[in-house]
Amino acid sequence: MRKIIEFHNIVKEFDGQLILRGINLDIYENEFVTLLGPSGCGKTTLLRILGGFLEQTQGEVYFDGIEISKVPAYKREINTVFQKYALFPHMDVYDNIAFGLKIKKQSKDIIRQKVEKMLKLVGLEGYDHRPITTLSGGQQQRVAIARALVNEPMVLLLDEPLGALDLKLRKEMQIELKKIQKEVGITFIYVTHDQEEALTMSDKIVVMNDGEIQQIGSPTDVYNEPENEFVAKFIGESNIIPGVMLDDYRVVFHDKEFECVDYGFDDNEEVDIVIRPEDLDIVTTDIGKLHGVVKSITFKGVHYEIEVETDLMTFKVHTTDNSEIGKEVGLHFFPEDIHVMSKMRAY
Amino acid sequence: MKSFRELSYPYIVWACVMIGIPMILIILYAFTQSGNSVTTFTFTIENFLDFFNDSVFIQVLMQSLKIALITTVLCILIGYPAAFFVSRMEGRMKATIFLLLTMPMWINMLVRTYSWISILSDSGLINTILGYLGIGPIQLLYTDFSVSLGMVYNFLPFMIISIFNSLDKMDKGLLEASADLGANKVQTFLRVMLPLSLPGVITGITLVFLPAVSSFVIPKLLGGGQYVLIGNLIETQFISVGEWHFGSAISLVMTIIIMISMYLTKRVDKQSASDSVASGGGRIW
Repeated sequence: MRKIIEFHNIVKEFDGQLILRGINLDIYENEFVTLLGPSGCGKTTLLRILGGFLEQTQGEVYFDGIEISKVPAYKREINTVFQKYALFPHMDVYDNIAFGLKIKKQSKDIIRQKVEKMLKLVGLEGYDHRPITTLSGGQQQRVAIARALVNEPMVLLLDEPLGALDLKLRKEMQIELKKIQKEVGITFIYVTHDQEEALTMSDKIVVMNDGEIQQIGSPTDVYNEPENEFVAKFIGESNIIPGVMLDDYRVVFHDKEFECVDYGFDDNEEVDIVIRPEDLDIVTTDIGKLHGVVKSITFKGVHYEIEVETDLMTFKVHTTDNSEIGKEVGLHFFPEDIHVMSKMRAY
Repeated sequence: MKSFRELSYPYIVWACVMIGIPMILIILYAFTQSGNSVTTFTFTIENFLDFFNDSVFIQVLMQSLKIALITTVLCILIGYPAAFFVSRMEGRMKATIFLLLTMPMWINMLVRTYSWISILSDSGLINTILGYLGIGPIQLLYTDFSVSLGMVYNFLPFMIISIFNSLDKMDKGLLEASADLGANKVQTFLRVMLPLSLPGVITGITLVFLPAVSSFVIPKLLGGGQYVLIGNLIETQFISVGEWHFGSAISLVMTIIIMISMYLTKRVDKQSASDSVASGGGRIW
């Protein structure tokens, strides 16, 4: 795959505050990349630098091999779907989508064909001459996507585009966006703080915090093998337990030695252990690897969230089987459920 | 909102007394002959015939419309760029410049107009300076130029404020979106900014054109006695000549012209308002 975007040591300072602390990131052709992180982590800033709406304090941005820091936004082969859609209120749906093509002075016939194709792609056929203000949030969202895609950009930037939609519509749009990305076959760079959204849609997730990249990986990598405590906590829920790696495949935590699948750490290195709540099972005390007492039970719809208190800490368990508060239980897990990660450097 | 409706009653009474009754009186006077007693009226349309049959009066009317039109066009031409640049400034600078531009509104119009006399007169500031340079004196006061200048000077702040409002409230995201879609600054201005600021321009036109048509102080002071506009005509009919009936008829003609132009601007405004919701320029009328 061809590298299409390279960020080289991007630093952004704003009013003496470091928003980005040296970002290095490569993005390839046809990838669905998600910048994921809590608000204020710098993900939108990075996207705006790429879009040409902000200039970095330091570092270079390469687009298709060419440094583009001094190229104004309107000359970049990148289009953006904005957080608040930013549709032109004085134009109807058709004119909004046709805007970029008209600027490029394409012929009327070609514009018509392309706009119709886009309306079909986003499922808004027949909406050509509706005023923007009469559309629902979801429909405006689709127009915004069509307006960006019709220009056939090499890269589409999406800045929390589903943030204003309700949960059900958001889920539908997630699947649809992924489908559209596959259909048009271009790179999507998607910014969100919603970890579930990131896991659902992405080929590659870039987890950011405090102006730094914490981990880059596929959704399964990032979920199953978080590189540090921040990633483990931010993506999904987790039980994080301090431990020591004896040698390859052997780890000690909770005062016990366990077999695991991790290797490559120093002998006796202090580590953090992650066990996802859904990987824990509540069993009888005789077969449990750890023992504790049920402290609380919360019904979550599909599963119960049960807190089990051992003599050292409290474990969060997601299970479809109910239990009883105060009951003595055992906790069971398999070696592959143990995820070992390095202690985080101070952040 | 419903519970606050009663609060508007005093205003309605006030409006009836202060606007409604004088209006009715003007209509009554316009359609009656002089020499009536309180109880008997002789209705007539002679006042209107007098007005429309005398080409001098029609000329005065046309002159008034012309001056108002010139004033409005100049106000747009000067006011739009001014509002544009102020709206693009930041923070303190913006507030200060905006205050300076609108400051003249805080000073009484008569005082401001008199100060123009002392600037423009034969022995005024400009001609004194020109005199040192060995030029002039040039006749500045009591010309078309001085009247237009005074009018533009007086009404310009209204135009700037209403255009500034619509530009300032505009979602900057729209301008970014336009750039994102490949439009350079000029294209963005022509295709996005200008159409979205039209409601502000229209509000500005209403605020400038309508008072300009009927203004009489400025043409009187800066145009001299020979400069008669419709406003001056009405004033002399009431105050010097004492022909209240004829004066009322001219006022009524005036009112109807103003109402027609209000209706027209409102229609244009509605059209652009239905196209654009993210507009500024608060509706005044």
